Amino acid sequence: MTPDAPEALPRFRAENIRGMFRHGLLTVAFCCFIATALAISGNGSWESQMVYSLSIGTICWFVIDAGRLLLSGHKEVLWPHGLWSYGLIALGITVGFLGGNAIGDAWVGAPPLEFRNLAGRKMASTIVITLVATIGMCFFFFSLGKSKHMQGQLDLAKRNATEARLKLLETQLEPHMLFNTLANLRVLITADPPRAVAMLDRLNSYLRMTLSGSRTLAHPLSAEFDRLGDYLELMSVRMGERLCYTLDLPDDLRDIPVPPLLLQPLVENSIRHGLEPKVEGGEIHVRARRNADRLVIEVSDTGVGLDAAPPSEEGGSGFGLEQVRERLATVFGAQSEMRLAAAPTGGTCATLSFPLPAAAAS
Amino acid sequence: MNATTTTTMNPTALIAEDEPLLAQALKAELAAAWPGLQIVATAGDGRSAVREALRLLPQVLFFDIRMPGLDGLGAAAELADIWPTDEAPMPQLVFVTAYDEYAARAFEAEAIDYVLKPVQPARLQKTVARLQQALAGQQQQPSPSASPAVADEALERTLAQWRQVLTAASSGSAPPAAAPSAPLRMIAASDTGGSTVRMVPIDEVLYFEAADKYLRVLTATHEYLIRTPLKQLLTQLDADTFWQVHRAVVVRSAAIESVHRDEAGKLHLTLRGRAEKIPVSRLYAHLFRAM
Repeated sequence: MTPDAPEALPRFRAENIRGMFRHGLLTVAFCCFIATALAISGNGSWESQMVYSLSIGTICWFVIDAGRLLLSGHKEVLWPHGLWSYGLIALGITVGFLGGNAIGDAWVGAPPLEFRNLAGRKMASTIVITLVATIGMCFFFFSLGKSKHMQGQLDLAKRNATEARLKLLETQLEPHMLFNTLANLRVLITADPPRAVAMLDRLNSYLRMTLSGSRTLAHPLSAEFDRLGDYLELMSVRMGERLCYTLDLPDDLRDIPVPPLLLQPLVENSIRHGLEPKVEGGEIHVRARRNADRLVIEVSDTGVGLDAAPPSEEGGSGFGLEQVRERLATVFGAQSEMRLAAAPTGGTCATLSFPLPAAAAS
Repeated sequence: MNATTTTTMNPTALIAEDEPLLAQALKAELAAAWPGLQIVATAGDGRSAVREALRLLPQVLFFDIRMPGLDGLGAAAELADIWPTDEAPMPQLVFVTAYDEYAARAFEAEAIDYVLKPVQPARLQKTVARLQQALAGQQQQPSPSASPAVADEALERTLAQWRQVLTAASSGSAPPAAAPSAPLRMIAASDTGGSTVRMVPIDEVLYFEAADKYLRVLTATHEYLIRTPLKQLLTQLDADTFWQVHRAVVVRSAAIESVHRDEAGKLHLTLRGRAEKIPVSRLYAHLFRAM
């Protein structure tokens, strides 16, 4: 019983029944209003108008609202699809009109279906009122349900976005990485002050980028590569000779706009799941190139490879890749592509590609 | 260098740490906190830490938890079983680790066998004091060959310390179970062919054994596989019903038939309904001391 699976819920659950009775109450109130209006305008006694109006109205309501729950194809809005809903409303009006008039006739002591003998004008006005009122009410209830559903979707989306941003921050500011870096910095401050200063500068820009990255939409590819450089430099202070890396960005691709921190999770995965578990360490290469009108970026490592990674206990790598894929899809749509494959040199190679912006493509 | 002479001289220690700068820093901090301590080796991964420890038989081990290849927990568990106790007493074990989301709980206990990175001199001093006390205790005792009973007692004390620190560290390095889940009643496992999922009642399971990426689930007649790590499964098992007897093995305590000691002093147990012998780690041997 999760909110993600409305199909699994019973149609006549308490929440829907409550909604139905709310509609019923509104219908009754509206019927009272119509009856009063008709009585005032001199169309017979108030009492008989109330009986007719309420009978027609509640029957229409019951047929349409119960039918709606029974037939609703798309479960979120709880109205049947297309023609079905028109059919249902037509049925409700017919049954309501005939049944309601029969009840009304019985009440005032007229022979059944006496309305047929009434003057054409009066019959027409009853039909028109029933039609207009029912269709109006249906449309009102439909819009109400739909806007409630939309509001729910909107809240959900907002919650998801906040959650994703928090999670992004959490993965990027991995405490283990941060504290190990600080521990290294602490050593360097006494052992090698100039190197400590350089490391602190890298940490500074890494943190700045991580904290602001989730707020900007795009930055140049060169900035993205600079941030990768910060991260890799921090890691190479920590890992010493176990980490070698190259960053290869052709000059003509420097200004291509990309979503910030797009590549970061890929490089982190290479370190965390590729090189860190490997005793002798290895290399990471990040390379951008142009392929016709597309930008291709490869992150390859010589780590332990995809198969060697132990079964993930906390879904470690999963989030990073999913996040990259989602961001690519959001910005570039179906034209973007990401593949994760075993590298020919052993290790793993992640390749992503997307169309170059029109200005840069020429 | 030989172990019996080092005990009368300066105490010896081994550092296992994969980040060179941090190894160097720990060495420097230790030199200040404990000038008499001699660092006989620094290893960069778990596998070589085990190798160097067996070669040099130091009295204290400083192990990082996250290391490439074999991690600190694995290296310690392995050493517990193969340490030559007749040549040198079991060393004192200290874990050195950076903040780890899940380990935070274990550190809250202010365990003296943990040192957090970056190493704080005052905190390290406490650990050093405890180590010095433990080593002094060891030295007052006659050499292992002289009195086996006393030596056994000292060994059991050290093993208890290892058990404690390893349990804290491994429960700390696993993500806490989503909720204090009800004890497991049924296990959805695939058969060894991998094509069918079977529902195995927990009451039929005799033991679990970690194998590579899988966990083997063994009943009297069948074997199944699941992908849940042993560490995680343990949190869902009743601790009285299932006993961990080895880093990789958890057995149904009621099914244990007998426990044998072989010539090398290693324990093996047999289960009612299974023919194979199951190794018992030295760390868990205390469970089978005759009452």
